[in-house]
Amino acid sequence: MPSQAAQAQEILLPVKTSVIVLSLAIALFLNLLPWSGFGLLIRPDFVALILLYWCMHWPRKVGFGTAWGMGLLMDVADATLLGEHAFAYSLLVYLAIIVRRRALVFSPREQVWHVLSLLLISQLAILLVKVYSGAEFIGWGYFLSSVTGSLLWPALSALLAVVLRLKPEPDQV
Amino acid sequence: MDTQLPPLFRRGPSPFARLVFFTLLSLLLFVSDARFKYLETFRLSLSVVIYPLQKLATAPSLILGRVSDFFATQSNLMDENSKLKQQELLNAGQLQRYQALEEENNQLRRLLKARDSLQDSAALAEILYSGHDLFSRRIVIDKGRQDGIRPGQAVVDNLGVIGQVTRAYPFVSEVTLVTDKDQTVPVEVVRNGLRAVMFGAGEPGGLELRYMPVNADIQTGDQLVTSGIDGTYPYGLPVAVVSRIERNAAYAFARIFCTPSAGVNKYRQVLVLTSPNQGPETKIADPSAKSQAKTKKNKRGN
Repeated sequence: MPSQAAQAQEILLPVKTSVIVLSLAIALFLNLLPWSGFGLLIRPDFVALILLYWCMHWPRKVGFGTAWGMGLLMDVADATLLGEHAFAYSLLVYLAIIVRRRALVFSPREQVWHVLSLLLISQLAILLVKVYSGAEFIGWGYFLSSVTGSLLWPALSALLAVVLRLKPEPDQV
Repeated sequence: MDTQLPPLFRRGPSPFARLVFFTLLSLLLFVSDARFKYLETFRLSLSVVIYPLQKLATAPSLILGRVSDFFATQSNLMDENSKLKQQELLNAGQLQRYQALEEENNQLRRLLKARDSLQDSAALAEILYSGHDLFSRRIVIDKGRQDGIRPGQAVVDNLGVIGQVTRAYPFVSEVTLVTDKDQTVPVEVVRNGLRAVMFGAGEPGGLELRYMPVNADIQTGDQLVTSGIDGTYPYGLPVAVVSRIERNAAYAFARIFCTPSAGVNKYRQVLVLTSPNQGPETKIADPSAKSQAKTKKNKRGN
């Protein structure tokens, strides 16, 4: 078991801020695509996923401030109550900081369950704010976006690992 | 303290403390946004930040639409052309009648020394995307304050009322559809002039007339148009058609379900009615007017 864990944990080079900014911008772009109907229901929250990824792997680079700011942008884009996504994302960051040491022992495929539970809790936070401000529950389909988001996690991890490995390694030059 | 810790171990406040801080900050935002509306300018400035991304994100579908337009087959075009010609003929007939009626109406108004009905001014806007909030029914259109759009203006398409502008940003604005749960439209029944208030029922494409007595004179298939007494919507725009009525004597009110006349979820182009609001003036500060209104109401009740 320990050997497997050691294999799963790869030492990656420190990430550049520009990569983080770019990934967050792409995630925001994906969220802003004209989703509608059933597509909107199953649309994974890309911003939450990317935030979760950076928080799990580089908690010093991406933390509460970034998450909160991205949440505000999402609130403006979705025309929701200001602070709704900001609150959910900061909760997400907190949970990520708590579970990251445990979750990173597992392979990305096994991390899906951790990610699913974190996304569900942050969606629940949004739901609570909505219900408090007078909306009605729209059915369990609301939580589908967490499921699709967590299913995307292994692919996202693989993609970002590739992107991060693209950088020239000083030892090999 | 600061001399003891090397920078590697300096971590600042604990995660929980940070969570509490940011939660409180969010709560502050909730309250000031929902209750006091202090943050509209803040929202406006943030909207400018994400405007390029918004524009970029909606570009693919726009391009796709244009490409499919380009490859439309000739038979399709011929078909559409002949249909449009027929429609045009019908419309021309109706338009002539309408012009005659408008002329007559203006004359009558002049006779009554009433104010001439406003010159309608409108801005054509394109729907950028439908709102991503699953709990409300909103769309975002590509015209904003720059084009004279202000919150409160009515939005229509060629079939009837779609909704109302609820927020105007510099370049885009948000329209709350009539099917939104919190959206209300004052309407009247075309057949007998009965006034009512239309609520969005929350479910996709649903509308509901509330607070109508069980014995109200409403039938399935009745046309409902805006009554214009709110000063927001002009008089006479089609809103909905009554689709189903449940009359249960056990309840005080009948349940009346309607379907919107306008293609609330269909079209890409909409018209924002930008004419200034000239509704009945409300005199809140004048207590005598209020008491007068009250006595009138009482009289009507008796």
